[in-house]
Amino acid sequence: MATDRNEAWREELRKAKSPKERTAQPRVQMNSLDPKYRARCREEVNQGLTAEQAVAEASRCMDCPNPTCMTGCPVSINIPGFIKNIERGEFLQAADVLKETSALPAVCGRVCPQEKQCESQCMYVKMKKEPVAIGYLERFAADYARENGTKKADSNIKKNGIKIAVVGSGPAGLSFAGDMIKKGYDVTVFEALHEIGGVLKYGIPEFRLPNRVVEAEIDNLRDLGVVFIKNCIVGKTITVDELKADGFKGIFVASGAGLPRFMGIEGENLTGIMSSNEYLTRVNLMDAGNPDTDTPVLKGKKVVVVGGGNTAMDSVRTALRMGAERAIIVYRRSEEEMPARIEEVHHAKEEGVEFMTLHNPIQYIGDENGRVTKVRLQKMELGEPDASGRRSPVEIPGAIEEVECDEVIVSIGVSPNPIVPNSVAGLSVSKKGTIEVNEGMQSSIPMLFAGGDIVRGGATVILAMGDGRRAAAAMDEYLKK
Amino acid sequence: MSKIVNKEFFSENVVKLEVEAPLIARSRKAGHFVIVRVDANGERIPLTIADSDIEKGTITLVIQKIGASSTKITNLNVGDELLDVVGPLGKATHIDKFGTVVCSGGGVGVAPLLPIIKAMKAAGNKVISVLAARTKDLVILEEQVREYSDEVVIMTDDGSYGKAGRVTDGIEEIAKREKIDLCVTIGPAIMMKFVSLLTKKYDIPTVASLNTIMVDGTGMCGACRITVGGKTKFVCVDGPEFDAHQVDFDEMLMRLGAYREQEQEAKAKLAK
Ligand SMILES: Cc1cc2nc3c(=O)[nH]c(=O)nc-3n(C[C@H](O)[C@H](O)[C@H](O)COP(=O)(O)OP(=O)(O)OC[C@H]3O[C@@H](n4cnc5c(N)ncnc54)[C@H](O)[C@@H]3O)c2cc1C
Ligand SMILES: Cc1cc2nc3c(=O)[nH]c(=O)nc-3n(C[C@H](O)[C@H](O)[C@H](O)COP(=O)(O)OP(=O)(O)OC[C@H]3O[C@@H](n4cnc5c(N)ncnc54)[C@H](O)[C@@H]3O)c2cc1C
Ligand code: SF4
Ligand code: FES
Repeated sequence: MATDRNEAWREELRKAKSPKERTAQPRVQMNSLDPKYRARCREEVNQGLTAEQAVAEASRCMDCPNPTCMTGCPVSINIPGFIKNIERGEFLQAADVLKETSALPAVCGRVCPQEKQCESQCMYVKMKKEPVAIGYLERFAADYARENGTKKADSNIKKNGIKIAVVGSGPAGLSFAGDMIKKGYDVTVFEALHEIGGVLKYGIPEFRLPNRVVEAEIDNLRDLGVVFIKNCIVGKTITVDELKADGFKGIFVASGAGLPRFMGIEGENLTGIMSSNEYLTRVNLMDAGNPDTDTPVLKGKKVVVVGGGNTAMDSVRTALRMGAERAIIVYRRSEEEMPARIEEVHHAKEEGVEFMTLHNPIQYIGDENGRVTKVRLQKMELGEPDASGRRSPVEIPGAIEEVECDEVIVSIGVSPNPIVPNSVAGLSVSKKGTIEVNEGMQSSIPMLFAGGDIVRGGATVILAMGDGRRAAAAMDEYLKK
Repeated sequence: MSKIVNKEFFSENVVKLEVEAPLIARSRKAGHFVIVRVDANGERIPLTIADSDIEKGTITLVIQKIGASSTKITNLNVGDELLDVVGPLGKATHIDKFGTVVCSGGGVGVAPLLPIIKAMKAAGNKVISVLAARTKDLVILEEQVREYSDEVVIMTDDGSYGKAGRVTDGIEEIAKREKIDLCVTIGPAIMMKFVSLLTKKYDIPTVASLNTIMVDGTGMCGACRITVGGKTKFVCVDGPEFDAHQVDFDEMLMRLGAYREQEQEAKAKLAK
């Protein structure tokens, strides 16, 4: 077993270097494109580690007997197990260790908030040192396997002839489909859009998560026999009852949290103001920045993006790439409370994004054609911590500022997609509109399971992936009964 | 992929296409629309389902050539394929026995109006249809509308056919003559605005089918948002039909112009 800590190779590896030697090494720096260059093109910002860099970084890991990093990982990836395989040069085995737990390591290595998860719990942090770069190493192993691995022909899966439907092709749906096809089920994925991949395709931009990384995962599933049906909205084109009548024995709903929220302030419907979903969909899904396509996108010169999450960072950095001269983040709390990955905030700053924290839009002003020209901002200060533990912002009376802009992107969160919940009678849905499930991701309708953002509200890729895998295990149990 | 099985010109700029879409044909109702993407570089545009044939597994679309995307679609021929067709989207029309229903359509708006006329008639209403166009050649679907209407009034701006005047003149004449229980209006936003103003004056409940700019058509982007009764609504999921008297038509007209420059560029490029 590549993950057994007591294997001879692993013990030897531990002895090869003293903890002192290991901890004396500095954390690896990610190779990334020059900020000036990358802020005007779509190329991936992070270029990945070289094999030498990866091995050196892997050798920092002390292979702790009680790997605390794993407690920080929402799906408990065997972190030292894969890292030690990198250290000994067995990169494909490292990727296999990752694949045991994660269906999408090349994606998660790029987009997980490691600084809040595994890396925050690494022993190094307790020693007041920079944690092992677990995310970079995860990405390295997964990329290596994609580029150099021979595809394993899993053609000898024994089919059981049971039909399963998946609603939505984001990370939850893809992970579920992968596990179920390997268990022998006939899996069909229904996707509302004309592309497979969910947020990984239409939301997260190319410069952070290249489409080819996602495509490779989808191709894998296709090779295993998963059938993808695009342009099919479950609840509209075909109903859950019709799926049942067509012989589907289990349905996994992974329809995401795709509905944008607006603030409801004056002037928000002026032209030039849009949700980050609209903006990113135009640019990522419709390729509107490319002059050969028909979909238009506004290329503002002074772009204000409202919000502090990953979606806001993706939007503001996309605006730079669309030619903005000023791209400004407006966020009502301070930088410390920003939910975005730290690396994205850092990259945004390097690229020249301006940050107006402790500012909150209260009104938009437009010209005679109804096009936005200005936003009025209320200045805020931090008050008492709220329910989420973050210090809540309070208005500073009278402190109001105006900022000129010709495009505004509102990125203040999303709500669950209501199409499936609304179309299935008897389905238990929370006040927030999320589907209620038990610990096996089973809903109030026994043959219907759900996971990802439709259950959690806007969450993360790794949690959606974990839900997909958990639901697959539970549905398999349920159907075997 | 949806194959085009039939094509017919209603006028120089209005084309009827019958396309294969068996699942949509089966589940659609009056008032529903689809989103179409013509080819890999195409944009997603909304088109109302004017009719369907469950047996043949086809839906009927009526498209008016306006800009680049609609031109690309109307240039297709029998045997060609639309890359993506997704639907049925939106809420179906509320069909009921209201009494006397005036169905007013302008230009290509008559196409989406036809299934509503049919359904209103089938529900036992007295249906009076008012069709309006700039000139005689642009009046479409007259025969089909007549088949399901108790009375048809045709209005042309230049008086070349039917009566001379606007759609509002036609409706006002009826309103003066008899009680109207419901008015349904589909056409250019500016036309619906004036119909709405008129029917408000006569206190006639009015439903307008709004044609805002859309991207996904499933509630995901908010491009289609408008203000109805002081609240922001998404036309693709909350509509496309709304109480016309509550709709902020001026805002809608303004939002329709959001991409005017780009649209004109695209049209010029296509013409080359
Ligand atoms: C711009 C952006 C950046 C983000 N950055 C990060 C990040 O850096 N790190 C991170 O961990 N998370 C990030 N997230 C969040 C993360 O992407 C989501 O939590 C995750 O994608 C949820 O996965 P899912 O499978 O539940 O749903 P989604 O990825 O939303 O996929 C749902 C799919 O279902 C389809 N669908 C919906 N309804 C139907 C229906 N009725 N029938 C058929 N199909 C349907 C949708 O079209 C969609 O393709 C980001 C999100 C956005 C928008
Ligand atoms: C629910 C609904 C149903 C519709 N049904 C029909 C129909 O049955 N037949 C028909 O001919 N037209 C219909 N339309 C209008 C049709 O979608 C637009 O005419 C078409 O998108 C114009 O595209 P274009 O590239 O040819 O023109 P453009 O030059 O791009 O634009 C011309 C005008 O069309 C509008 N428009 C542009 N892009 C979009 C878009 N993505 N979505 C919606 N409107 C847009 C704008 O107001 C613009 O000023 C419908 C619209 C909606 C919202
Ligand atoms: S806590 Fe840090 S040092 Fe310890 S096993 Fe995990 S990554 Fe390695
Ligand atoms: S078209 Fe995207 S929300 Fe309506």
